[in-house]
Amino acid sequence: MNKKQKPTILITGAAGALAQQVINRLRDTYRIVAVDFRKQVYLSDDIPSYQINFNKRVFEDLFRKFDFDGVIHLGRITSNEETRMRRYNANVLGTQKLLELSHKYGIEKVIVLSTYHVYGANAYNPALIDETAPLKAAELTMDLIDSVELENLANIYLWKYPDLNITILRACNIVGPGVQNSISSLLSSKHAPVLAGFSPVMQFIHIDDMADAIVLSYEQDKSGIYNVAPDDWVSYQQALALSGCSKIPLPSIPPGLPRFLAKNLNLKIFPAFLLNYFKYSVVIDGRSFNKTFGFKVKRPLKEIFRYYRDMKNS
Amino acid sequence: MSLKSYLKDTFVSHELDAQLDKIEKPVGSLGYDPWGFNADTNKLVLSLFSGVYNKYFRVQTDGIDNIPAKGPVLIVGNHSGQLPIDGTLIAYALASRKNEPRMPRAMIERFFPTVPFLGNLLNQIGAVLGDPVNCAKMLENQEAVIVFPEGIRGSGKLYKDRYQLKRFGNGFMHLAMQYNATVIPVGVVGCEETIPAIANIKPLAKILGVPYVPVTLPFILPAKVHLSFGKPMKFEGGDTTEEEVTRRVEQVKSVISDLIDQGLSERKRLF
Repeated sequence: MNKKQKPTILITGAAGALAQQVINRLRDTYRIVAVDFRKQVYLSDDIPSYQINFNKRVFEDLFRKFDFDGVIHLGRITSNEETRMRRYNANVLGTQKLLELSHKYGIEKVIVLSTYHVYGANAYNPALIDETAPLKAAELTMDLIDSVELENLANIYLWKYPDLNITILRACNIVGPGVQNSISSLLSSKHAPVLAGFSPVMQFIHIDDMADAIVLSYEQDKSGIYNVAPDDWVSYQQALALSGCSKIPLPSIPPGLPRFLAKNLNLKIFPAFLLNYFKYSVVIDGRSFNKTFGFKVKRPLKEIFRYYRDMKNS
Repeated sequence: MSLKSYLKDTFVSHELDAQLDKIEKPVGSLGYDPWGFNADTNKLVLSLFSGVYNKYFRVQTDGIDNIPAKGPVLIVGNHSGQLPIDGTLIAYALASRKNEPRMPRAMIERFFPTVPFLGNLLNQIGAVLGDPVNCAKMLENQEAVIVFPEGIRGSGKLYKDRYQLKRFGNGFMHLAMQYNATVIPVGVVGCEETIPAIANIKPLAKILGVPYVPVTLPFILPAKVHLSFGKPMKFEGGDTTEEEVTRRVEQVKSVISDLIDQGLSERKRLF
């Protein structure tokens, strides 16, 4: 091992575009080991990459073999992938295993990527939700329980094992080249569903900026929970228009009707359990992160939407 | 060109455009703020609303310059008229003020965000869900906020109870003290006559999930509206008992009651 020369970081979710951006930023300074629950990806000759289930015993062998200094946990299976049970196993039980091993092997820094979805989309949400607000997603839908539970676990480890220096990042919508979550798929599509009469305010962060935020939080020793979102806002329907998507309005009342349509039309990019996020705003306050880490996004909203528009025209 | 840009170019006069551009608003790169306010929609709606304000309700204001040009302000008024017409008229009065106009935010009832189209439109013209966190964050941002401490008790009251102030919540006073906000009392006269309700169909309201379903005329009457703004009131923060807070709330309520009486005495006819 070259541990003495370069500190080693385990990065999960390596098959995702965000992890690859983070790896590109860190590979010169750190020795990187990449893992993914879904598939094995080739990154380069000097980056060992594994497809691994965190719940299998063989996962611990990686900790024995590489003597990690830090963990960047981006490998959350998003809500448009896999079944609820598989997501729970991977996101909650898998994360528990990861944190348990991190504690056992003396890891000194852990970054956990979470999502603004944990706050829940509710008609009574105030805007600029800060980190102390209750996480109400689980009361709205069983499908987001894994996101909330993942956070709860990370929180427990955060106060129980301060030596792990856990930083939890609750990001707004991450979008841009290579991102395959629901919102990025919607912006990429030519026709996107909207709920008639609802256009919630949304926040978007470019994948490059999000990768910068993750690197910044890894390199600065400031554990805690932070929202990550730019001080810029746009309505969902305006975002679609700027991305060159034509809107397909779904009837929004009675509330059961759009859920019925989304379920029965099997709209993967507009899943029934996320419908409320296209109805009510969940605007988070990212100022604490910006101030603590001296962070400012470099890619404005217009550039983000231009990318999606140009993609359709090319 | 989008429909919104087309409508804006067609209906928004250069004069109003310039007037509203004078108002500083903390919006992002696409003209939105975190509560959904949108500069272009606001211009368009205000432009269309100017006829309603000037010709339909023939609004007369008194003491509009009492509202400070800068800093956190709570504009506290009596609520009436089933729909949030009163808040919209106060907002228009301040936005169209000749000297140092401001674009205030109106706190609206909690069921509005669930109403398709209307909820969004209200957000885009600056109305915000009546949540204390929202109000606190806006005062922190140095905004002027319109509040109706009677809530639906005021807006949903029947015509026979017109101009009788209902119980005021204490929340606004706590916020005024915490953020050192100036309180501007306002007496609204005329909105009670815009949608006079003789009864409230409570079972139907329950089924529809709305606070009230008034039995009223199917249109809005062109009552003449008087807005009487009182002198600025300041309240010291610090460790204050709830009893003292209630006393201060009653003080504001009493000023509003006087302003209503003043408006009623000055009113020559209903329409």
